Amino acid sequence: MSDTRAETAFIRTEMLAPELPPVTERGIIKWLRENLFAGWLNSALTIVSLLVVFLLLKSALPWWLNGVWNATSLGECRTIAGPEGGACWAVIKARWHQYIFGFYPQDAYWRPILAFALMFVALAPVLYYGLRNGAKLIGTVAVLTVLSLALLDHDVTHVVLIAVLMAVLFAVSWIAPKRLVYVTLLYPFVAFWLLWGGSVWKPVATLLGFGVMVLVYRLIQPRLGVIMGTAIGFLAACFYWLFVQGIITGALGSLPPGLAGVNSDQFGGFLLAFVIGVTAITCSLPIGILLALGRRSDMVLIKTLSVGFIEFIRGVPLITMLFTASLLLQYFLPPQTNFDLILRVVILVTLFAAAYIAEVIRGGLAALPRGQYEAADALGLDYWQAQRLIIMPQALKISIPGIVSTFIGLFKDTTLVSFVGLLDPLRGVTQIVRADINWKGIYWEPYIFVGVIFFLICFGMSRYSMYLEQKLKTDHR
Amino acid sequence: MAEAQKMQVTDEVAISISNMNKWYGTFHVLRDINMTVNRGERIVICGPSGSGKSTLIRCINRLEEHQQGQIVVDGTELTSDLKNIDKVRSEVGMVFQHFNLFPHLTILENCTLAPIWVRKIPKREAEETAMHFLTKVKIPEQANKYPGQLSGGQQQRVAIARSLCMKPRIMLFDEPTSALDPEMIKEVLDTMIALAEEGMTMLCVTHEMGFAQAVANRVIFMDQGQIVEQNEPKEFFNNPKSDRTKLFLSQILGH
Repeated sequence: MSDTRAETAFIRTEMLAPELPPVTERGIIKWLRENLFAGWLNSALTIVSLLVVFLLLKSALPWWLNGVWNATSLGECRTIAGPEGGACWAVIKARWHQYIFGFYPQDAYWRPILAFALMFVALAPVLYYGLRNGAKLIGTVAVLTVLSLALLDHDVTHVVLIAVLMAVLFAVSWIAPKRLVYVTLLYPFVAFWLLWGGSVWKPVATLLGFGVMVLVYRLIQPRLGVIMGTAIGFLAACFYWLFVQGIITGALGSLPPGLAGVNSDQFGGFLLAFVIGVTAITCSLPIGILLALGRRSDMVLIKTLSVGFIEFIRGVPLITMLFTASLLLQYFLPPQTNFDLILRVVILVTLFAAAYIAEVIRGGLAALPRGQYEAADALGLDYWQAQRLIIMPQALKISIPGIVSTFIGLFKDTTLVSFVGLLDPLRGVTQIVRADINWKGIYWEPYIFVGVIFFLICFGMSRYSMYLEQKLKTDHR
Repeated sequence: MAEAQKMQVTDEVAISISNMNKWYGTFHVLRDINMTVNRGERIVICGPSGSGKSTLIRCINRLEEHQQGQIVVDGTELTSDLKNIDKVRSEVGMVFQHFNLFPHLTILENCTLAPIWVRKIPKREAEETAMHFLTKVKIPEQANKYPGQLSGGQQQRVAIARSLCMKPRIMLFDEPTSALDPEMIKEVLDTMIALAEEGMTMLCVTHEMGFAQAVANRVIFMDQGQIVEQNEPKEFFNNPKSDRTKLFLSQILGH
C-alpha cells in the first residue's frame, strides 16, 4: 500500500503545449479511413459500391450524353442518335408548353406566368416574415418572370406592364416587407381572376363575402365572444355567397375590366398541379389545426365530429375521394349548382390533406409538456390566446417535418387527378404526347422530365423546412 | 412601500376556503379543507408527497377543479364561470416546480406576454415593467436570451418575475425549489424572501424548513388530503402537537 501512496502524490512542473493529432487522425485520411475503409467488411462494401456506380454510369451515360434536342419525331431522333442510341429530348422541346400549361390558350400564357410569379410575392411574407430574404426571392422571381415573358409573349405592353408591377412589388418588399401581407391576402382572388379570367367583379364580389364576415364578427364578438362571433360571421358570409353574391355578379358580371374566360378543362400539366397543390396546401393547414384542436377538445360534440371526420377521411383512398368529387358530389348538391371540376377536386384534396395534417399537429400538441398549458392558464390567457401565443407556435415547430412531408405527399398526389379526367403532368399530358404519331413509342424522356421537375419542387420544400427548423430553434437543448 | 407596512398582516381576507372537497375519479384527494388567508400573510404548506398540498394550491387558481365547497379569492368565488376564473388567474400569480417558461419566447417576451394580452398594457410599458422585475430578481442582463440558455435557478427567478409582471395580489409557489441544485436553491429563496418582505400574500408549498422559519407566519401541515396541523412556525417546529407532524418533522429534520 505504501507504493500506491507514493504514486498518488504528483506535482506538474510545466504545462503541456497542445499538439496536432497524428497524420492518420486528421484531414482527408481520417475521413477516408472512418467512412470508407473502417474494416474489411466496410472496405469490401466500398469497392463493390464503386463497381456498381461505375457499371451504372457506363450503361447510362452514353444515353444521356448522346441526347438529341433538335428533331421533329422519334424516328428522326433515332436516326440522328445512331446505333448506340440516345435520349430524345426533342419531345420535351416540342411539347414543353403542354407539360407546363396543358391546353391553356397560348396567347394568354402571361396570365399563369404572372399568377405563378405573384405566388412567390404572396409567399414571401409568409416564408420570411419581415426579412430581406423575401425581397431577394421576389427580385429573382421578377427577373425570371420578365425574361420568360419576353421569350414567350409577343405583346410588348404585357411585358412592360408586368415588369413595372414586379419592380413595384420588389421595392415594397425591400422597403416595408411586412406590407406584403396585403398582397398575400388578396392573392387568391387575383390568381383566380388571372387564371380563369372573366369579369374582375366576380372575384371582387366574392372578396366582399369576407368583408361581410369581418364586419359581422366585429359587431358580435364584443357581445358574445370569439366563438359565436366567428360562427355567426361565417354563416353570414355563407348566406351572402349563396344568395346575395349571385345578384351582384349578375348585375356587374359583364362589366369591364375583364379577361377572356378560360375553361377548367383547358388547364393541365404543372399549372394544374400547382393550382390544386398550392390551394390545398394553404387551406389544409388551418383546417388541420382546427381539427387537431377539435380532437383534443373537452366538448364531446366537437371531439366526436373531429375524430369522425379524421378517421373517415384517412380510411378512404384519395382516388375514391376524387371519384366522389367528380361524380357523387353532384348528387348531394342542390340541382343546377354547377361546381367546377377543379374546384371540387381542390376541396376534396384539401379535406384529405387536412385530416393528415390534423394528426401530425396532434402529435406536436401531445409532445408539449402539460406545464405549458398550465403556465398559460395561470397567467390568465384565455383558450384562443393560449393556443395562438403559446401552444401552436411550439406544436407547429415540432410538427414541421411531418407537415412538410404531408405537403410533399399532397403535391405529388395531385397527379392522381388524371383518374377523373384532368390533365396532370405525369399521366394526362404524357398520354396525349405519346398518342401523337410523331412521338409514339417514346417512354423515358417525358417521365424523366416530369420527375425532375417534381423532384426540384419537393426538394425545395424540404430544404425550406430545414431552414425553418433551424431558424425556429430556440430551445438550446 | 413604507417600512411600517412591511411584513404586516391585515384583517382583510384574501382567500377563504370552506368545506372544500376534491376527488380524482373516486380518489378523495382533498377532504373538508377549511382555511382563511389574510392579505399579507405568508403561509408555508408542507407534508409528505401525495398529501394533496400541490392540489390544494392549484385549486386556488382553478388549475384543478374542486367538486364540493367554496373557494373565494379576492372576493370572487371560483365556479365554472370562465370570466371569474380568468379574473382570479390574472390576480393570482403562480410559480411552478418546473418553471414552465415558454421556450420559444425570450425572457423579456415571457414576461411581457400576459400583461400585453391579458391586461392590454402597451408593449413599451409592459417591457419597462418587465425590466423592473427582472432587475429585482437580479437578471436584467438575460432579458434577450431564451429560457434554454439559463440555469435552473435563473429560470425560476424569471418565472417569479413573469408572475410579478401581472402585478398579482397573491402569489402561489408550488415546490419552487424542488427541481433545483442546492446551489441554486438559495438564489430563488432569497428572491422569495425579498418578495415576502414587501408584504406580498404568499402561499408556498415547500420542504425548505429554513425558509418557513424565516418568513412564514403560519405553517400548515397536510396529510392524506387533510389539514392536520397549523401553527406559527416557532410553535410548529419546536412543539408539534400531532403525532403525524412529529413523525414528519423527525424524518425531514433528522439528518
